[in-house]
Amino acid sequence: MNHVNATGSDIRFMSSTLAPAGFTQETFDAFMATREEPSWLVDLRQSAWSRFNELAMPSGREEEWMRTDIRMLKLSQYSLSTEVAAIETPQGLLAEGVELGGRTVSVDSHTTESELADRLADQGVLFGSLDTLVAEHGDKLRPYIERKLVDPLYDKFSALNSACWSGGNLLFVPQGVQVEEPLHCLSVLSDGGVDLGKTLVILEQGAEATLLAETASVGAESGGLHCGSIELIVERGARLRYVNLQNWSHRVWHFAHQMGHVGAGGKLQWTIGALGSRLAKVNQRVALTGSDAEAQVNGVMFTQGKQHLCYNTHQHHQAPYCQSDLLYKSALQDHSRTVWRGMIKVDNAAQRTNAYQRNDNLMLAPTARADSIPGLEIEADDVRCTHGSTSGRVDDEQLFYAMTRGYTRQEAVRMIVTGFFQQVFDRITIESVREALGEAIGQRVQQL
Amino acid sequence: MAETLKITDLHVAVEGKPILRGVNLTINRGETHALMGPNGSGKSTLGFAVMGHPGYEITSGSISLNGEEIAEWDATQRSRAGIFMAFQRPMAIPGVKLADFLRHATTNVRNPERREGAELIPMRQFRKELTEKMEHLRMDTEFARRYVNDGFSGGEMKRAEILQMAMLRPKFAILDETDSGLDVDAVKLASESIAEIGGDQMGILIITHHDKLLERNAPDFTHVMLGGRIVETGGIELATELYTEGYDRIRAAYPEAAEAEQEMVGKEVEAV
Repeated sequence: MNHVNATGSDIRFMSSTLAPAGFTQETFDAFMATREEPSWLVDLRQSAWSRFNELAMPSGREEEWMRTDIRMLKLSQYSLSTEVAAIETPQGLLAEGVELGGRTVSVDSHTTESELADRLADQGVLFGSLDTLVAEHGDKLRPYIERKLVDPLYDKFSALNSACWSGGNLLFVPQGVQVEEPLHCLSVLSDGGVDLGKTLVILEQGAEATLLAETASVGAESGGLHCGSIELIVERGARLRYVNLQNWSHRVWHFAHQMGHVGAGGKLQWTIGALGSRLAKVNQRVALTGSDAEAQVNGVMFTQGKQHLCYNTHQHHQAPYCQSDLLYKSALQDHSRTVWRGMIKVDNAAQRTNAYQRNDNLMLAPTARADSIPGLEIEADDVRCTHGSTSGRVDDEQLFYAMTRGYTRQEAVRMIVTGFFQQVFDRITIESVREALGEAIGQRVQQL
Repeated sequence: MAETLKITDLHVAVEGKPILRGVNLTINRGETHALMGPNGSGKSTLGFAVMGHPGYEITSGSISLNGEEIAEWDATQRSRAGIFMAFQRPMAIPGVKLADFLRHATTNVRNPERREGAELIPMRQFRKELTEKMEHLRMDTEFARRYVNDGFSGGEMKRAEILQMAMLRPKFAILDETDSGLDVDAVKLASESIAEIGGDQMGILIITHHDKLLERNAPDFTHVMLGGRIVETGGIELATELYTEGYDRIRAAYPEAAEAEQEMVGKEVEAV
């Protein structure tokens, strides 16, 4: 009896000195106390926090979660960190040999490094931690944040991010400014860490920029939770190339809500690389809000082990004469699984829409599984919408053919996998990104 | 010592069904051999078995290269040792440009000890050589930018196979119906190409139904395959005879092989 009591008091002692586990009211209050933010943002956080507490965890009964089982996720194991973990920052993949106009590094969504070329700053470009820049330019950024491209009330994860985001990345390019050198953001997760990053990109009318964003874990076996949001605002005639590579370790939970709005005559090229995470559930949406807007969406996925990656894509045509073109390609190894659900939605006003979506899967093991679920929802009557999906495997006859040309079996598999991704690589206009993805995939291909 | 590819009493089964039933064939480097025979007699099977296709099981007999047994080697080892086959129906490899495919292949075949990831032939040197070979074969160099056999016409595939042979410079080459599906002019061009790229430097086995490919590549020997065996060997006059007269005389002269042929063809029909 004495022994049990002693243990009990130990636990009480521990919990009073360590941060309380889970996303509790105490942690939220403590988090809010550390922030000095304008009241409109505090209100926004408070309402999202209420929503987070009201909402249940998504369940397999919901259409969107039918194929994605998160019962093993225990939010109580994670918490808001108010201090930066002291870790060695891993190297990113995307910026190799690229002359950058600016860069940021964050650890568990605390920005630790931030640089921007003077000549860009002089032109009014804002780039760096969203935290810091909101404090400095709150009035300018308020309307964009209040547009809520990602709906804070959509689900438990969007609510959590809206309530508790920190660090984050902002890129603001003023009207007519063309940023030639790419900007780079690296988000790192410590072992067991939590990343609640928020990315906000605003290109004013006629502006141009390229942003390379990527994520990494501190170690190959380190776990953690990422619950993020990305909002891209491409105004009239602006052009954004945005690359988003998630390369978390295979023990990280990855939840993300992402939305790009493209105004009249604007262009968005959005490339997603999905290599990491234990389980990913990503909603990637683009909306074409003004006439003659264009969005090109490229997805490159490679899964292995027991990874489960679920990407819901949405192409929303709200205005006439717009184009959207989505191509997702996945190669799957081992017992991994991908789910792609794609939707093209064409509003009544969006006449003369030209929309395309396609998902190809290359099965590298009979134990892997890929679900492809394309969908169309069309209210306009003068549109061109096409969709398709394929699933294939590496053919023994292809392997033999290559071997009769001096290839080893392994080289042949790698070549066939690279060839499979070529169609999507051909669309990616940034060489360092093509090379990084090609190399990362090549390294992952195992002996068949 | 002459370099020799020697096939001795070779028995091969596909999915457990015997196809080759004791093939004997010796090819010295520098010789041209024609292999003829009705459909389903086992000609292509011999090609695949010599190349090391894992679906073609050698149940007995031997394949040796310069006295070394190679029946256990995989296709990679055989190709790096200088054995080549021009496929009747080559495979498409979408997304891989013919030039890139060939640069890698050429490097591997010329450096048989090369490990994956080691340097490839320098791009300039390779480009120069590829361009020369393509001009020689009267091929548009743009062709090398296309994906390997992806959407190629029948004629384009066959010419791409000959181009690969020209680049890989094998010691022994099997041409599996390289003339099929080609019009007369294309066959003539293919035939000239084989001669021009130094056919006389190789040991060549030409599998064909026609005599056109043989005009510029006169065979030193013509072999007739029937029922999974080479039943008769002669000179070029035998090729001409078979092309013009067909296989009735052969079937009558070798009733046992003709019976095996019946059995094999019957099985194939069943399988379809």
